Order: sequence, then structure tokens, then C-alpha cells
Amino acid sequence: MGRNTFKGGIHPYDGKDLSKDKPIESFKPGKLLYYPLSQHIGAPAKAIVNKDDRVLRGQMIAEAGGFVSAPIYASVSGVIKGIEKHRVVSGDMVDCIVLENDEKYEEAEPINTAKLEDMSRDDIIGVVGKAGIIGMGGAGFPTHVKLSPKDSDAIEYVIVNCAECEPYLTSDYRKMLEEPDKLIKGLSIEVSLFKNAKGILAVEDNKMDCVELITEKAKEYSNIEVLPLKTKYPQGSERQLIYACTKRKINSKMLPADAGCVVNNVDTVISIYKAVVEGKPLMDRIVTVTGDAINNPKNFEVPVGTIYSELLEAAGGFKTEPKKVISGGPMMGMALFTLDVPVTKASSALLCMTKDDVSEFKQTQCINCGRCAQVCPSRLLPGFVADYADAYDEEMFLKYGGLECVECGSCSYVCPARKHLAQSIKSMRKIQLAKKKK
Amino acid sequence: MSNLYNVSSTPHIRGKMSTQLIMLIVVISLLPACGFGVYNFGLRALFVLLFSVASCVLSEYVFNLITKRPNSISDLSAVVTGLLLGMNLPSSVPYFVPVLGGFFAIIVVKMLFGGLGQNFMNPALGARCFLLISFPKLMTDFVYNGASGATPLAQVKNGGCPDLHKMIIGNIPGTIGETSMIAIVLGACIMIMFGIIDLTISGTYIVSFGIFLLAFAGKGFDYTFLCYHLAGGGLMLGAFFMATDYVTRPYTKKGQVIYGIFLGFLTAIFRVFSPSAEGVSYAIIIGNLIVPLIDRITVPKPFGCEKTKKEGAK
Repeated sequence: MGRNTFKGGIHPYDGKDLSKDKPIESFKPGKLLYYPLSQHIGAPAKAIVNKDDRVLRGQMIAEAGGFVSAPIYASVSGVIKGIEKHRVVSGDMVDCIVLENDEKYEEAEPINTAKLEDMSRDDIIGVVGKAGIIGMGGAGFPTHVKLSPKDSDAIEYVIVNCAECEPYLTSDYRKMLEEPDKLIKGLSIEVSLFKNAKGILAVEDNKMDCVELITEKAKEYSNIEVLPLKTKYPQGSERQLIYACTKRKINSKMLPADAGCVVNNVDTVISIYKAVVEGKPLMDRIVTVTGDAINNPKNFEVPVGTIYSELLEAAGGFKTEPKKVISGGPMMGMALFTLDVPVTKASSALLCMTKDDVSEFKQTQCINCGRCAQVCPSRLLPGFVADYADAYDEEMFLKYGGLECVECGSCSYVCPARKHLAQSIKSMRKIQLAKKKK
Repeated sequence: MSNLYNVSSTPHIRGKMSTQLIMLIVVISLLPACGFGVYNFGLRALFVLLFSVASCVLSEYVFNLITKRPNSISDLSAVVTGLLLGMNLPSSVPYFVPVLGGFFAIIVVKMLFGGLGQNFMNPALGARCFLLISFPKLMTDFVYNGASGATPLAQVKNGGCPDLHKMIIGNIPGTIGETSMIAIVLGACIMIMFGIIDLTISGTYIVSFGIFLLAFAGKGFDYTFLCYHLAGGGLMLGAFFMATDYVTRPYTKKGQVIYGIFLGFLTAIFRVFSPSAEGVSYAIIIGNLIVPLIDRITVPKPFGCEKTKKEGAK
């Protein structure tokens, strides 16, 4: 209906009804919290606490390991138990700071006490960096880096990604409904960093209640606009979102800044507000616990470092034994084989499903139907690209644009032969990107 | 940990459409034309269809058994091939013809090249052309209402004027499945409704055929002549059910347009200049052969790379 969007994409069952009407509940974590030192893209953070140190909620426990990095804060008060290897979402064992919760929730000093009016551009970006804010949509790119492009005058659009196109997830939706003022104030702070920029809140049109609410709230800001987008996966993919909002295209070699854009997630923008205005570093995030295997799907505000299994209990446990448990959404989330992993800054959901499509369906031969090419938001020919990836034909893989893949998984979703196209392409991309870095 | 959950690469959910379901919808879409064929030509047509389907399915089953490959008949693609082959035969053929055709279609054209998805030529059409060359008499003997007669298209070729209404409804001699334009279009609508095919190939094929036909025939814009050619022969069946065969058509929309125009061009040449009235089967088979070439030249530029063509080439 004339709504902005991109070419390609799919319409999977969205499952948002399970949790969309559940208000955000504050979650009190258990005894031990685990903080992986690498929750973001870039250099891992460096621990600055020792065993048996007492820390307060909001106290820095690990500092940034470089410019492209982010510090980590304690999300509860308690005593440091040390740095141990612990399993994380990806399945790896990584160094984590272990904190024993004393359940007093004593707050540390705010990280910023300056008034917004008195703060310069560099002050604001400094606070954002100090607060450990990263892209909370899943990628986890440090936000202060995004806010410091080479040429800040070239930025024309600050886009807030309110699409939440992943099925089942409702964390951004709840956040928009419950804290619209902070969202819009946060965006206006961001917009003020760029001389020529205006703010866009890009929302999928399956959330028209949000659109109405934030349009109302954004009225007083002349440089902020709410833009409903067509509901389609992957509308929230950065490149597709930029195109839908501005009709500008970027490829894998470009950054959003090359198209004059900065893109942030809803929770990230609210975190910016909290850091700059309230002086609070990034300690909590919203996690949707949902899926057809969950007794009582809910949205929680969870201190970073909480173990997933505690969230599961708080949501009433399993209704039926799940086949598959996913951190994140069903299209791009990580499958977990155990729930003994911590929530990080980039975790958006715990999704428990009684059915596992992937193990249920058998791969058969490609029948050349072309559905993958129709849905590919990067306009690739996933069938061919995956074939070249499987055959390890690097030259043809690159020639057919394998590196342009955004790994959205739409091709695997539609494939009638149930081929694991995205998996093949993703593995080959990883190899090629690693080679390029060398 | 007492129990571990399944892990896999993303995405964790899959769509509803499967190869089997696609083939099932194609089979259902073919039924109106088959049904009309049986009504038109009598029970014998039904037996020809059944023999053809049975031969295809059995050939695939036995081939898999002998070569120790997993059984693939449940994907229903052999049923589709069998139906299409049967629909391309006259109802009067002896029963060994569909049996031999089914064997040729499945074993020679499809399985020897690696099975479903690997064949470079439409199996049903490959078999039809094989039969046409091997048994030209049997394959062009169209019995209708108890008497052998020329198809309307052959009549047109010799200067006759068949009844156009009958041609559209299908009360004419011809192969079992090709006579009724209405039944075929009905089936095509079912496929379009379920998103199995779209009009890219069929549309460009039919339109370009019309244009080339008028150009080659040199009669100016002769409306009835054009209608005879659109409604007669295997054009509709070919355009909607065989040119659109996933395996043997180009991958991209752009390629499909080229393919459709090429088919229209060839069909018009065959129908105007060849002594035989028909040309659809040969046109599609030759078209199949250039599909890999079309696929090569129509690789789209990835999103965001359109303008940076020169930079990308380095």
C-alpha cells in the first residue's frame, strides 16, 4: 500500500501475539552472574576488578580494550568471584567475570552528572562510549564509534530501527510502548550531534499502535519523523532499512555513514538517553522469553549477566519439552544446546520451540524454482552462490556476490527442497572475510 | 546437563512450501485438462494417461532400486512428467507408446543426468519428440468421434477454416491434453494462485509468438488467423505447463523474458515454415538447451553494487 520497503523478503509466521501484550517485568537475578568480556564487535574489554572486590550496581568492572570496544558494568551489587571460563551463547567457553549477587542492589555513582545543555558533542559521545552502549539489536557494534563518522556534517539521517522484523520478538515493541519519551529524547540527543541530520523512527506497520503513540510524542520535534514501513522480514536489516527510509543503497564494502545515515536499535537509543541524562551505564536489557514451549511468555528487564535458565523459570518453565532453544529470533538467533549461558548486552530473546523444522526436513535436490532469488534482499542468486560455496569455488562465489549476503536466511526459509542455503553461504563468507583481513 | 537441545545454523524455521507440495499442486492443475481430454476422447484417453503415469513412476522406482539411490518417487515429479507425457499423446496410440515414452522420459532424459533438478531438458517433451520421430504415423493419427482427421491447425495450414469456438472449448481432434484452451487456462490459474508460476514466461512466450507469427506469415494483421494459432495445437499447454518447468527454465526474471521471446520466435518459425503444423515441443526443447547460457548472462548485480560496477571490476 505504498509503504516504503525493499525488494525481496518473506512473511514468516510472526508469533508476536504470545508476548506482545505482556508489560515489561523487572527481573531479579539469582546468586551468580557472568559477564563475558567480549559482548560486542571489536577488542574484548579488559577486566579492572580482582577476586573478592566488592562492586556496586553500575560500577565499571571491565574497561574498553581499544577504540572499537566497550566497557562492561556490574548489573548488581556483590563480590567478584574471579574470572572464569564459562559457556556463552555461541557455544564457546570464554573468559567471564563472575559476580556473586548480594541482593542489596546498591547503586554506584552516576557516570555523568553534567547537564545536557552544557555538554558538547564530544562530551556526549564520550559518555555514550563510557556507558558501554553497543548495538542492542544483535550485532553489538559499539555505538560511540557509529556516532563518530569521518565527516559528521555528511550525516543526514539518524534512523532508529524500530522494525523488529524477527518473528516472536517483542522487546523493542514493549520498549516503544512503555518508554516512548525516552526513545524520542534519546533520538533528539543523537540528532543534535549532527548538524545536517534529521531523525527517522522506522516502524513496521504491524505495530501501528506504536506508530500512533510515538507520532503523537514526536510532534514537538520538527526534525524527527515517524515512518511506517511495510511488515516484511528482513525489514530491520541495516541495508534494507536504509533503502526503505532513504532510497539509498549501500553494499558490503560501505558503512551506513557512506549513505549519510546512522542506524541504531530502539534499546540503544533509550540507553543513550539513560546514559546522558540519567547517568546510568548500560546494565539491563529487555529479553522476550517466548515460544510455544513456554508456559507463560513474558518480556523481562534483565540485568546483563543473568543466566538464561533463571529467566525460563520466571516465565513458568516449559509447558512441553522443547526441541530447540534459541537465543534471539528464529531467523538469525543462535540455537543453544544448554541454558547455562548468560544474557549479554545483545541478547534479545529466549525462544523455545517444540518443533525443529531444520531437523525435521530432509535436504533434497534443487529444482531450480528461483524462490531464493525472489526473496533475497541482496538480490543474489542464493542457489548458485550456495552451490559455489559447497564446491569451495572461491572465484565464482565472489563473482556471484557471495560477500553481499546479509545472512538473513530468507533463502533457506523459502527453499522447497529444504536446502541449507544460508548455512553454506555463511560458512563460505566467514572463510572469505577472514582471508581478506589477513 | 541431562539433555541437550538441537542446534543448527540459522534460520530455525522453514516455509510451508515443499517440492512435494509444488508437484501436487501442478498435478491438480493438470487435472482439468486431463478430465476434458477423457471427456473428449473417451475412456481410451484415460488409459493412455494411466499407462504413461505408471510407466514414469515405475521407471523411477526401479532405476533408484538398481542404482541404490534413495527412493525419490514420493516427490511426485514422476507423476507430473507422466501426466504431461500422456497429455501430449493422441488417444489412439497403442499402449506400448506411453509405456516406452515414460521409460525414455524418466530414465534417459531425467535419471541418467542425475534425477530431479539435474535434467537439462523437459522429460515429457524429450520423450514426446523421441516418439514423434520413432513412430510418426502413430503419433500424428488423431482419432476424433471415431474417425481419423486433421487437427484444426493442419486444416488452417492447408487453407481450411475450422470452428474457432470449438477450438477454444476443445471439441477438436488433437492430443489428449492440448485441445481445451479453457481447461488449460483454468489449471494455469490454479498454479498462479498458489504462486507456483507467474506470467513472465507464459506471457512473453504467447505475446512474442503472436507478433512473430504475424510478421512471418506476411498476411498483415489477420485476427482469425492469429486466434487459430493461439487456440490450436500445443501452444497453451506448452506455454503454461512445459515452458514454465522449473528445472529447465532460466533462473532470473530477466532470463525468463529472453527465454519466452526465444520460444515465441522458434514456435512461429516452425509453424509458418515447417511442413508440420506443430512446433511447440521442438521450440521448447531447443529453448531448454540455451537456458544455461541465458543463466550466465543474466546474473543480477547485487543490492548496492549496481552503480559501483567499475569499481567492483577493478
